Amino acid sequence: MLTLEGLRIDLGDFHLGADLTVAKGHSIAVMGPSGAGKSTLFNAIAGFLQPSAGRILWNGADITTRTPADRPIALLFQDNNLFPHLTAFQNVALGLRPDLHLTPAHKDQVMQALDKVGLRGFEDRKPGALSGGQQSRVALARVMLQAKPLILLDEPFAALGPALKAEMLDLVKQTARDNNATLLMITHDPKDAERIADQIIVVADGQANPPAPAAKVLAHPPAALRDYLGL
Amino acid sequence: MSKLTGWTSIAVLLLLSFGTLAAVLSRAEGLTAISSDDWRVLRFTLWQASLSAVISVILAIPLARALARRQFRGRGLLITLMGAPFILPVIVAILGLLAIFGRNGLIATITGLPIQIYGLQGILLAHVFFNLPLATRLILQGWLAIPAERFRLAASLGFRPTDIARQIEWPMLRETVPGAFLVIFLICLTSFAVALALGGGPAATTIELAIYQAFRFDFDLGKAAQLAALQFLVCGIAGAVALKLALPQVTSGGLDRAVERWDARNPWLRAQDAAIIALGALFLLTPLTMVILRGAAGAFEMPATVWQAAGRSVFVAIIATTLCMAMALALAFWLNTLNRGRLWVEGISLLAIAASPLVIGTGMFILLFPFVDPTRVVLPITALVNAAMALPFALRALVPAVAQTEAQFGRLADALGMRGFARFRYLYLPRLRRALGFSAGLTAALAMGDLGVIALFSDPTRATLPLEMYRLMESYRLEAAAGAALLLLALSLLAFWIFDKGGRANADA
Repeated sequence: MLTLEGLRIDLGDFHLGADLTVAKGHSIAVMGPSGAGKSTLFNAIAGFLQPSAGRILWNGADITTRTPADRPIALLFQDNNLFPHLTAFQNVALGLRPDLHLTPAHKDQVMQALDKVGLRGFEDRKPGALSGGQQSRVALARVMLQAKPLILLDEPFAALGPALKAEMLDLVKQTARDNNATLLMITHDPKDAERIADQIIVVADGQANPPAPAAKVLAHPPAALRDYLGL
Repeated sequence: MSKLTGWTSIAVLLLLSFGTLAAVLSRAEGLTAISSDDWRVLRFTLWQASLSAVISVILAIPLARALARRQFRGRGLLITLMGAPFILPVIVAILGLLAIFGRNGLIATITGLPIQIYGLQGILLAHVFFNLPLATRLILQGWLAIPAERFRLAASLGFRPTDIARQIEWPMLRETVPGAFLVIFLICLTSFAVALALGGGPAATTIELAIYQAFRFDFDLGKAAQLAALQFLVCGIAGAVALKLALPQVTSGGLDRAVERWDARNPWLRAQDAAIIALGALFLLTPLTMVILRGAAGAFEMPATVWQAAGRSVFVAIIATTLCMAMALALAFWLNTLNRGRLWVEGISLLAIAASPLVIGTGMFILLFPFVDPTRVVLPITALVNAAMALPFALRALVPAVAQTEAQFGRLADALGMRGFARFRYLYLPRLRRALGFSAGLTAALAMGDLGVIALFSDPTRATLPLEMYRLMESYRLEAAAGAALLLLALSLLAFWIFDKGGRANADA
């Protein structure tokens, strides 16, 4: 269970507040206008940004001051999710051992993860020699191995075509289910939300609102979201 | 960690720049008023640097224009070769220039004219030889940065070449030329080896050469220190101006396309450009060709001391490169974490440009004298000085590379918990490879060919290859000197090539 307790983020003129709880095992879409602070919220949860007030709790334990790597979080950014100088195998293996000191058992795990995302045989390729969809799969294979209970996705599939994106979202959903993980995903597309999320957090007007059932939000979007979606 | 290594590097640099200056000053037997001799030296230094820069830039403009608007076989090669003088050992180039323009050089032999190369004209010749290619590349960049659409528009409006010059080219030159001038002025300000080999008598002495003479011939530390302070002041002022103006930077890529020019199609302009390019290539390539031809002939005349000296030069180059890379990495990582104080650290890391290598050498001599016979540590001192001299170039390549790596992949590495050595090994090293290879190559080539601090302690048993070569030239053993020049040229280019190649091989964008 993720709790944002009186969280407040101040970046110059920009302010964002959040006071909400995400229950375990849910898949949540984070939606809102551009510049509303969706990525900023993720940066604070992931530990790249220190909030000016409030606490972040995971299952009741305060993780506000922990380093990004010490948090129970696996995340994917919009881009630069893979190191271009490392092979697909190495990129995935970083999820197990950040220093790449791998035992034979580790290597098996990496190969299994690559197998699961349909990339067996591609392990020696570097990202430059993979298609956009394959690159996303490599990143997802790493998220699988990290086996963290909270997965944050900051629109990592935005550059993919509709069919490929749908495929990736299904893979994400599968991964979250297998890992028994909670999923938070920023998206601009209501279809993405429908496909994968059971709840929606609306970020607008300097506030991240508590999650509400996805069907309800999409059927009756609040004003800020309605304007943004053009409904 | 980055803080500790960063501070260490800064301490070393401060010791090298101010520490050695203070050491020299402390030994000076009282400062005297600046003599008329000193004034003359200062005036000459500024005068020759200004002239060198003006001539280089004026000649570079038509050459750059010809290269910008003509496409021909060998154009790429010629432009690449124009990057070479930077890593060309000064003393090698001087030997090549003497073979063409010297008293018994090619021109004197053919025309029968009594040519006098020593003096201001010789210094200018060598400086233009080194800096014309640099100026040409800088100005060529300006030309190629003009959007092709502008020339197309000009063509459709029926602009004549003079209209294009006034409306498009002149504004570009007004922006690029001052920067190019300043860079060359700065380089020529601290010129030592050129003045040593081609300067003649008291009328053609630069500050750096005067320091050498004060130390080596008169052992007058007071005078050396005074001149050193003067040098520091002059370079400090010029450097501060340069920092303000944001100096242009030669980029390696993007010079391989010529701009389609409808106005320049007439045969007269074509012939003019061809002549300019041919003359430029002739001026730049014949001295090197002479070095290679005569060197091949002299290769069998070389005494064994040349090979020993070559071994020492390789040693100096390796140590200098290692030291420079260590300091550059430490400073680049540290700079990346700094907000306040960043300017200070950057300024101190550029100090070596203003400091005189000869003062550093003298200062180290004085500092080490109580503990160890300084002549025994000449090679490590030379390596250290060369590392400091190459540091600004290395930082120019590395600081942006570190910042970019951190911006692109820092969060990902944080999220995955890549710290310490793992982060260095799997994130930084692969990402910085190109920049590291390039700057290591530069450092190695510069250190290999440097004739500076080593000249102060010309102990025959510890000479590096450039010094050994200079000695052979001084004693008129020209065949042997030519052989040594070819060896030095090969070693410098090889050193650059090995490192640069190592940085490029298998590096992924």
